[in-house]
Amino acid sequence: MTLLTVENLTKTFHTTNGPVHAVRDVSFEVERGECLAVVGESGSGKTTLANMILGILGSTSGEIRFDGAALPAKRTATHRRAIQFVQQNPLSSLNPKRSIGASVRLGLDTYGIGIRADRWRKVEDALEEVGLSRDMRHRAPSALSGGQRQRVGIARALACEPELVVLDEPTSALDVLVQARVLRLLNDLRARKQLTYVFITHDLAVVRNVADRVAVFKSGQLIELGRTEQIFSAPEHPYTRNLIGAVPVVDYAELQLRNKLAEET
Amino acid sequence: MSHLLDIQDLHLAFKGLKGVTEVLHGVDLNIAAGERVALVGESGSGKSVTARIVLGLLQETRNARVSGRVAFDGVDITAMPLRDRARLRGTEMSMIFQDPTSSLNPTFTIGNQFAEVMRRRDPGLDQTACNVRAIEMLAEVSIPEPARVLANYPFQLSGGMNQRVMIAMALVNNPKLLLADEPGTALDVSVQAQTLRLMHDLVEKHHTAVLFISHNLGVVREFADRVYVIYRGRIVETGPTDAIFHNPGHAYTRALMDAVPRITGAGLPEVPEVSDDFLAPMVRHEGGAS
Amino acid sequence: MTHALRIIAANPLSLTGLILVLAIVLAAILAPWIAPFPTHNTAVVDFIYANSAPNGRNWMGTDLVGRDIFSRILYAYRISLGLGIVVLIIAAPIGTIVGLLAGYLGGWTESMLMRLVDVFLSIPPLVLAIAVLGVLEPTLTNAMIAVTVMWWPWYARLVYSIARSEREEGYVLAAEVIGAGTPHIAFREILPNCLPAIITKMTLDMGFVIIIASSLSFLGLGVQPPTPDLGSMVAEGARYLPDSWWMTVFPGLAILFAVFGFNLLGDGLRDVLGADE
Repeated sequence: MTLLTVENLTKTFHTTNGPVHAVRDVSFEVERGECLAVVGESGSGKTTLANMILGILGSTSGEIRFDGAALPAKRTATHRRAIQFVQQNPLSSLNPKRSIGASVRLGLDTYGIGIRADRWRKVEDALEEVGLSRDMRHRAPSALSGGQRQRVGIARALACEPELVVLDEPTSALDVLVQARVLRLLNDLRARKQLTYVFITHDLAVVRNVADRVAVFKSGQLIELGRTEQIFSAPEHPYTRNLIGAVPVVDYAELQLRNKLAEET
Repeated sequence: MSHLLDIQDLHLAFKGLKGVTEVLHGVDLNIAAGERVALVGESGSGKSVTARIVLGLLQETRNARVSGRVAFDGVDITAMPLRDRARLRGTEMSMIFQDPTSSLNPTFTIGNQFAEVMRRRDPGLDQTACNVRAIEMLAEVSIPEPARVLANYPFQLSGGMNQRVMIAMALVNNPKLLLADEPGTALDVSVQAQTLRLMHDLVEKHHTAVLFISHNLGVVREFADRVYVIYRGRIVETGPTDAIFHNPGHAYTRALMDAVPRITGAGLPEVPEVSDDFLAPMVRHEGGAS
Repeated sequence: MTHALRIIAANPLSLTGLILVLAIVLAAILAPWIAPFPTHNTAVVDFIYANSAPNGRNWMGTDLVGRDIFSRILYAYRISLGLGIVVLIIAAPIGTIVGLLAGYLGGWTESMLMRLVDVFLSIPPLVLAIAVLGVLEPTLTNAMIAVTVMWWPWYARLVYSIARSEREEGYVLAAEVIGAGTPHIAFREILPNCLPAIITKMTLDMGFVIIIASSLSFLGLGVQPPTPDLGSMVAEGARYLPDSWWMTVFPGLAILFAVFGFNLLGDGLRDVLGADE
């Protein structure tokens, strides 16, 4: 069942150096409950695409439909609540002068979720769900590690009970061990709360292990879209093949896969 | 067997308002001439400060307390006066950093910055001679139109180009040791692969030893001859790259290996973020120069 | 709080500032009780003791009509500190709101508000104050108005630069995506990040406001006699230099210590609050 439809979406920026075609005529669908990875290097348009889905940017042309209905440029509170955002940078995404509880609570207050007296409890519930202790809601972001801050960002998104979560490089700024745990957390939460993810990243190894389907972007265009296993075992587009081939690998099995893909070029 | 770089029992502590914080607890590390050695760890492990101590940068910080022995090319540089120590930088040992565009001075052209580096070895060099040599180096790092690039400012070049410029500047004085702090982390994966291959070829050609600091195991596997794994200021495992990757002995190394996602789709295993096992004693693999 | 005090105490300069400021504030508050001659802040004459050098009775000497200079300085501190506080309590919020809105909203709002700020900043401060006082009569209240008018743009500019850089931060983006309104983002997200710089500036400004106010009364435009004011005391006494040096030197030193103290304390606060980050 389709949750999000992107149809002929285009975004052109007009700069002093001429027009920049950040996203060109992109169309795809996101099924309810799946994790769709959006993969690309810098300049691929993946961040611009995410910003348009989130309503931060308007499109130049094309349409985005959510649950069947077109999403207007000016979003309603219902839409905003249903589509939440997890950012890349855990340090910058939390207000250093506010407690993390206050940051998580913002969505609840803005959307009027529950009665006011109940909201701190909901905040604490959200923190507990991402593996943090309830009393952490009083702490300042500076007292938390990068991994903990990123969990707070996830709690903030999930506290509003959204349907779709856009995650922009959610683990790229984290250490290896921390990343592993946060990725597992994201997988668990998606299954448990029946969420849908649009997972933007440049890290193909992560994609291979979290995504159901992969959309590969280059220079604003969608060049390949398919199921994860398919894309990694038999990529069609040479760009995709090169991208997979450039990933530094750790074990022998990966090396074999990479060599196999290189031979088929 | 004499090493090019020999670090023995390195301790580092910072004095703050609340007392003394120990960062390095007796690190031993050595690199032979022409050898590529990786120092692998997560943030806070002490890998970056180790490199800065080798360069002598940290000792000038007011609150830093450094002890231990660092020998470079047979000479104990910890005992060296700061001025002589400074003379080694840029000439015998040089460093490249994580974010190429912000590590280059935005207000000077590439040509000017090259000249500044070259004049460290030879103060009398004039701009024309510097430019000639700079163009040679830029060609070696496969930068197209090197003469034009010399007149450019860092913000006019891409991240990948700036990274190559930094490598070229680091190697122009033919240093014996190159320290690389997470090079390529800020770059796209395909550009990073190209850049690392380039570094690999260059250091082999110039017989430069490399201390490569990274948290990215895949990159380490492809680049390094030997590996030191550092956790919370202690070396927990060391040995030749193949030995460590095939047979990680220490609990922390094993956790790191397990935690890295594989493109073969092996899934996301349950990995501890912290564990008492990580404090187990060091595992040393024989083989390779050490 | 103790952490803050420890940081200030660790630095001898900021500790000096804190002590000076506390001393001056206490002196000002307790003036009626600690001044040897509490009535001398009004139109009192005591010609027997007029024009005497510092001695056991009058620690800082007396002025031409016999008033005790030490007592007058204590009362003058009340005026100066009072003026400083009133000015800053009005100028800082006005400037902050202008700067906050200009910095966060951008676009036309930013252009218009900051051009307004530029207009005020382009007039030399003292000239502006004199102009205002030329229109209104020279009184203490009007002096406060004049100084406030020339002071608020500096706060606007300070807060504007902070707000502009903070608006690029992730937490602002997060609030915008959630759909929080402009008042919430400006006043509850961005403003708290501006407060350290604002508070530090207010502390440093106390010294400057005192100097400006003193300059105005030196020119005869501020506080009028017989109310004691440090600037007017310096002005009156200047005519009798170098013979009756105490009439100028002590009020002058009083200004110096006040400004010095607030500056040192402000620098210390900057370290405590991290206002430079």
